[in-house]
Amino acid sequence: MSSSSAPQGLLSTRGLSLKFGGVVAADAIDFDLMPGERLAVVGQNGAGKTTFINICTGYLQADGGQVFFDGAEVTGQSPRAITRRGVGRSFQLPQVFTEHTVRECLLLAASSVHRRGGGFWRPLAQAVDADEVDATLELLQLHTRAHDLAGALPEGQRKLLDVAMALVLKPKLMIMDEPTSGVSTDEKHGLMAVLMKALDERQVTSIFVEHDIDIVRRYATRLAAWIAGRIAADGAPDEVLRDPVVIKNVIGE
Amino acid sequence: MASLRLQALVAVLVAAVLGLTLSLPWLKTPVLLALSNGLAVLGVIVLIRAGQVSFGHAMFACLAGYTVAALGRGWHLDALLLIALGTAGAALAGAVIGVFMVRYRGIFFGMLNLAFSMVLFSVLGKFGGVTGGTDGLRFDRPGFGFVVMEREGFETALLVLALALAVLAGWAVQRYFASVNGQALAAIKTNETRLEYLGISAKRVFWGGYVLSATLCGLGGSLFALTQGLVTPDMGYWVRSGEVVFIAILGGAGHALGAFIGAFVFEFVKLYAAALLTGAWQMALGLVLIVMVFVAPTGIFGLMERRLRGQGVRA
Repeated sequence: MSSSSAPQGLLSTRGLSLKFGGVVAADAIDFDLMPGERLAVVGQNGAGKTTFINICTGYLQADGGQVFFDGAEVTGQSPRAITRRGVGRSFQLPQVFTEHTVRECLLLAASSVHRRGGGFWRPLAQAVDADEVDATLELLQLHTRAHDLAGALPEGQRKLLDVAMALVLKPKLMIMDEPTSGVSTDEKHGLMAVLMKALDERQVTSIFVEHDIDIVRRYATRLAAWIAGRIAADGAPDEVLRDPVVIKNVIGE
Repeated sequence: MASLRLQALVAVLVAAVLGLTLSLPWLKTPVLLALSNGLAVLGVIVLIRAGQVSFGHAMFACLAGYTVAALGRGWHLDALLLIALGTAGAALAGAVIGVFMVRYRGIFFGMLNLAFSMVLFSVLGKFGGVTGGTDGLRFDRPGFGFVVMEREGFETALLVLALALAVLAGWAVQRYFASVNGQALAAIKTNETRLEYLGISAKRVFWGGYVLSATLCGLGGSLFALTQGLVTPDMGYWVRSGEVVFIAILGGAGHALGAFIGAFVFEFVKLYAAALLTGAWQMALGLVLIVMVFVAPTGIFGLMERRLRGQGVRA
């Protein structure tokens, strides 16, 4: 397979494969995500959803296959390099700087994209575009917690901060691994509403892993169902959710 | 932050040290030793920011000390130049050794530093022809700023310089802590994965901190060598590295000032304990540290910080 003709998708994979011992985590996955899509990913635990994200963002190396982002091959590149190309990511367990305040977390994130020089001398708050940081805080409704330690936030706000730190990098694609896990059922919809509004406003294409079918129906424009390291069904959410294979293996009953 | 109170405190401390030392000349040597130790502790505090503890950082003070001694013996350079060259030597060594160190964290980082320092220690002891072996290198008192001075004048000049360098280094380190790189260094302690996913290289950030810490240890070591007029391999022995970490915890690793407060308390507890409990002064220091860990885990500076911020003691 030649890398000279990159696929048209914003994020594409060709023949992506990975085995952990005898377990197939990614089984020759061909995948294309178009700009503007909001893809929900469903699948049981161990189906390979997070593995797929980890390979695409450079955290894991695939045994075979290729990853393309925004017209260039990124196979095997580091998370840092892929982030710099415009992929933002949040995690199932939020990855925040627990001993920094919420605002400092965002300032530090912003420093990686628009540092104004003097990395060893100028105070962080003056080295970055503070307006951008404050706008992002407001957009994700974290402005009231700006001066609290990130480690002191309740889970829902920690999830928002996790996304905010990726969003302030102005990514083209945001990949969110279970953005509503660990949050009470009442809070889930509010959390998703805030996240989706923010991503819409910034015009960021997104992928989110989600177990709650109501949320998938409400927010996704496309749905992919993972079964045993493969994409078993992919398309409009309503159609995929009617697929008997998906009903049997993913949704249950 | 009540930085005005902090500045006032630093001014008072500097004035007190200067006043006392000039009126009681016997204080010069312990104060000089405390200041040079304090600079090395400051270096270790930089790494503690990243959640890392080195048990080998005396090697950088030792390298700088030997640079000073060798150049002082061979070329009779000026003290100011010797300090600059000793410090630069340590910085260079830190830059090279740092390339290997930035891959390791936690116990591996601590032990790898210790291993490097023990290699240096043995080399200094074995190659007697060049390094003077276990007897070390003695060198004559150099000129200071192109002025040749008697011992007393030289010590006074060195003391004023060391005090100025301590204030300057402390200020610069606090400035660094607040900078982009310094804040990223602190983030290494809590979440390296996120740093990478922000497009920031944790290794590069840590390397910067490592070189800074080696430089500060080198500055301290250079001053130490000039104070003594003698360097021995003991300067780089692992017990010395441990002492520096001990002082950092005693003084408080949260602020540059903690390094110097710790170094002064250490020096004077040692001085008096050695006089009162000959042969058992380590016990006194050990007890002090045990009490500190239980009563004030953030060190002496941690205790003072609450007052500096104008708050009462929080429950």
